[in-house]
Formats: sequence, C-alpha cells, structure tokens
Amino acid sequence: MELTDLYRDVILDHNRRPRNFGPLGDANALAEGFNPLCGDRLTVRLNLADDRIENIRFEGQGCAISTASASLMTEAVKGKTRGEALALFDRVHRLLTDDAAGAEDLGKLAALSGVREYPARVKCASLCWHTLASALKSPDPHALPAVSTE
Amino acid sequence: MNTALAPTPSAFDVAAVRREFPILARTVHGKPLAYLDSGASAQRPRSVIAAVDEYERMHHANIHRGVHTLSQEATALYEGARERIARFINARSPREIVFVRGTTEAINLVAQSYGRPSLKPGDEVLITHLEHHSNIVPWQMLCEQTGAKLVVAPMDARGEVHAEAVEALMSERTRLLSFAHISNALGTVLPVRRLTAAARARGITTLIDGAQAVPHLEVDVQGLGCDFYAFSGHKMFGPTGVGVLYGREALLERMPPWQGGGDMILTVSFGKSVYNSLPHKFEAGTPNISGVVGLGAAVDFMQSLDRQAVHAHERELLEHATDALSAVDGLRVIGTAPGKASLISFVVEGVHPHDLGTILDGDGIAIRTGHHCAMPVMDFFEVPATARASFALYNTFDEIDRLAASVGRARALIA
Repeated sequence: MELTDLYRDVILDHNRRPRNFGPLGDANALAEGFNPLCGDRLTVRLNLADDRIENIRFEGQGCAISTASASLMTEAVKGKTRGEALALFDRVHRLLTDDAAGAEDLGKLAALSGVREYPARVKCASLCWHTLASALKSPDPHALPAVSTE
Repeated sequence: MNTALAPTPSAFDVAAVRREFPILARTVHGKPLAYLDSGASAQRPRSVIAAVDEYERMHHANIHRGVHTLSQEATALYEGARERIARFINARSPREIVFVRGTTEAINLVAQSYGRPSLKPGDEVLITHLEHHSNIVPWQMLCEQTGAKLVVAPMDARGEVHAEAVEALMSERTRLLSFAHISNALGTVLPVRRLTAAARARGITTLIDGAQAVPHLEVDVQGLGCDFYAFSGHKMFGPTGVGVLYGREALLERMPPWQGGGDMILTVSFGKSVYNSLPHKFEAGTPNISGVVGLGAAVDFMQSLDRQAVHAHERELLEHATDALSAVDGLRVIGTAPGKASLISFVVEGVHPHDLGTILDGDGIAIRTGHHCAMPVMDFFEVPATARASFALYNTFDEIDRLAASVGRARALIA
C-alpha cells in the first residue's frame, strides 16, 4: 500500500480547493450526511429541473477523502438525470469496494480507486454519494432526510 | 513549561519493560510499531498472556459448581484474582469487587440497580462536560426511566473541571454524582477527593469512571472516598471483556440484582428465589473466567513495577510530546489542563484527523482519531474530531519523535 495511491494529486487538489462548495440559494432538494465514526458532516443541495440535476453544491467538514469525493461528485453529476446519477453512484460504489471493478469512462472519479486498499476509509468516500442518493429519492427540501454511514 | 527544570533522569528501564510486551516487536507496513493508543486499549505483557494460556491449558472448568478438581482450581483462580484486585484498589473486602464486562457495564449496573429503584421525578444526576459516552448515556436512559434530570457541570477552555463549578450544581435534588477520574479525550485529571467529600457532605452517592486512571495512578478507593469505582481490564494491560465495579458493601447489599440467572441465587422455586450473597448476586451466568484470571495477572504485573518510576516516565513522555508536537506548524493541542495524564489530543490545520491516522499508520504509528466517544467535548472545542496519542509505560521518546515527524509530513502532503 502506497499512500500516494490513496492521496493522488486529483484528491489533494479537490481537498484543497473543493469545487461547488457552499450554499445553493435556489435548491429544491437537499440531504444531510453524517459519519459517526469520524464526525464528518455534509449537506448536499440540488436544483432539480424535471428529472435533471441543473445545479449541485455541498457544504460541510470532512477528511481529504470525503471532501475530494464530494467535490468530484458534484462535477460528475451536474447535468445528469436522476437515473444517470444513481447509476453513477453504483459504479463508484463498486469502484470503492470491488477490486475487480474497472474505472473506464469514470474520468477523474477513477482517482477514488485507491480508497479500496483502505477499508476503514471507504465510508469517507461514499458518504457524499449516499447523501446525494437520499436527496434524489426525496426531493422535498423540508423533509431533511438524514443519512448515516453506520 | 519551565525549561530550567531538566527532566530528572529516570531509573526506569523502558527497554526491559518493552521486552515484556511481545507485540511491540512487530512491524506495521514495514516499520517498527509505535503503539500510541493505549488509552483505547493497552497491550498485554507476557505474564498476562501466559496466565490466560495456562488457565486454558490446565485449569478450565465452570466455577462455583463442581466438586471435581478442575472446577475447584478454576474457582480458586477466579476468586484469588478477586482478592488480589480488592487489595490492589484497597477495597475493604473482596465482596466489594463485582466482575463485569468493563467500565461501561459497571456504570450501567449502577444506573439500573442503584439508580432506577431509588430515583424519583425531579431528582438530579450530576455529571461533567468531559465525560465519555459511557458515563452520559446510561444516565440519560435512567433519567428517561425515572423522570430524573441530567445536570452537566461545565469545564473551562483548557478542559479543566473546577470543583467549585461542580459543587455549585449540587442541589437538594442531586442523588448521584458520576465523573471520570481522568478524561479519555483530554487527559484532564479531576479533583476526585474534593468532589467526593462535597458529595458525601450532602448525602450524594458518587461513582468514579476510572477506566483511564487505573493504568496510570495508584487508586485507593477508600482514600478517594467514592461509593462506586468502575474500571476495565484491557486498559490496564489485561484482557478485553472483563472489568470491575467496586461498590461500598452497604450500598451493594441494598441494591437488587441487575440480571437474573445462574450463580446469583441461593435457591430457586417457582414461587420465589433467594439471591446469593455479595458479590455473586451481581454475577449472573458463567462469567469471563479466563478474563478474570488475566486481569489478576495484570494486577500482579502492575504491582511488580515501581509505580513512582512509571509515573515519572509517563510525565517525561507527556512533556516531550507536548514540546515535540507544539513545534509542528499549525498544530493545536486540545486540552491543556494543568497536571494532566499522559495523553495528548490535537488537531492540525488543514489536515483532518482521519487523514492523519491513515498517514501515521503508513509510518507504523498507531494513534486514535475521531471523537473519542466524547462528542460533547468535540462540540465544546468546535472540532469534528481530534487525533490522540496516549502513552503507557512502554513508550519511548523515539516513538514520540517519529510521531511529530510523521505529523509534519502529513501536513506537508495534505494541507
């Protein structure tokens, strides 16, 4: 196991300068995620038009893996339909947990494959995706579905 | 820190102590293990491993039941450990030593067997802000069951709990005062004697969570003046899954059993059962016999040490760690109470503790990262988590230097 395989340049860059970070004024879907193991909390806010993610931003505090994963996720799902985003979640989940899963066509998200060598860190990378899935499934911003990785 | 006072050269032979702990010879990711997580669970010396091994090979049978040789041997080992533990903490009698799974179970036992029958709506249970979840949640459950109120005494910005602040919250309704001897998240040592005296003067029953204290301090339950004292085997170089509830005999006598089953009764009929005497009344079912045997061996190990020299060594480790870590850019120590125990919680600007934990592990260094089962402490210091290096008698200055260097490298990589 090499640490540079976990902390690849893409991950370090997205941790230092997270994209789509901050509030989203015209959000119409939202979910909060919490990882009780490390105390990470994040909020994912979406602007859904019909079935498409017009905009997405996130806020919260987390480790480098968690922050970079959320940042990469927002870039990857912006403009995608609900179904496409959930399908991408499946691909990423396999990438994080299955040694045989390939990273073809995943673009920058492929940088997350190093996480699977660190089982204790898989939840760090997947928290934002679980939160996104929750927001997509219950797009009422007042419902506040809370997601936990435990 | 007064730099004019050079650390007294310790007569303590750390190399000899380390040879007693086989696990310290292993490597992690190709690096020598630096085990700085004894606050979560300490390692075991050969004597503890051998005592458990010998018990399993030669003496195992159920206790208090058979007339056959093995059962008598197992019973003698189990009850012998109880007697040695009673002396170790200066209990008046082995009847005051109840074996449980650990500190958590001990606190739950007191909450349910002492608190639940006696607390009334409006009564108060007093704890402090720096408690481990195991000294918060059992009381919250008790309060829900009885209508009592949980009152929390504050700590200051250094993580210190002042006796006056706790005393100010002792009211006519306070029935129980429960607090940590040493904070697991911060290392703060609480003013136990003063608090137990203040509680006693007001007729308040006291419980001390001694999980972090027993490995580091000489604990004398009579001297401390507490009613209950709880601690765990695995933090004092013994096995997991075994711990001790000390309780004053007069209180334990009055308390109903906590769990029903075998070994806690004298006679059973469908009309009525007669409970066994202390401490067996609180030990339903077959206990963790090998764990108790190992715990007895851990007590023997600790008593074989020069405790003053161990204490001095641990103080030197803490001073060295405080100096070495404070020299790392962007590092902030969380919990700076005077006279604290040998652990250091810290955060590093731009580096989440979880990333620190992974990077340090790559260098063979084991520390705890997270909320330390003390979320209210994290909220107080407005951090999601901290990194914590906790030291035991077998740690060295070299391990601490490696820790500081690795933290510096982590910051250079991540921040």
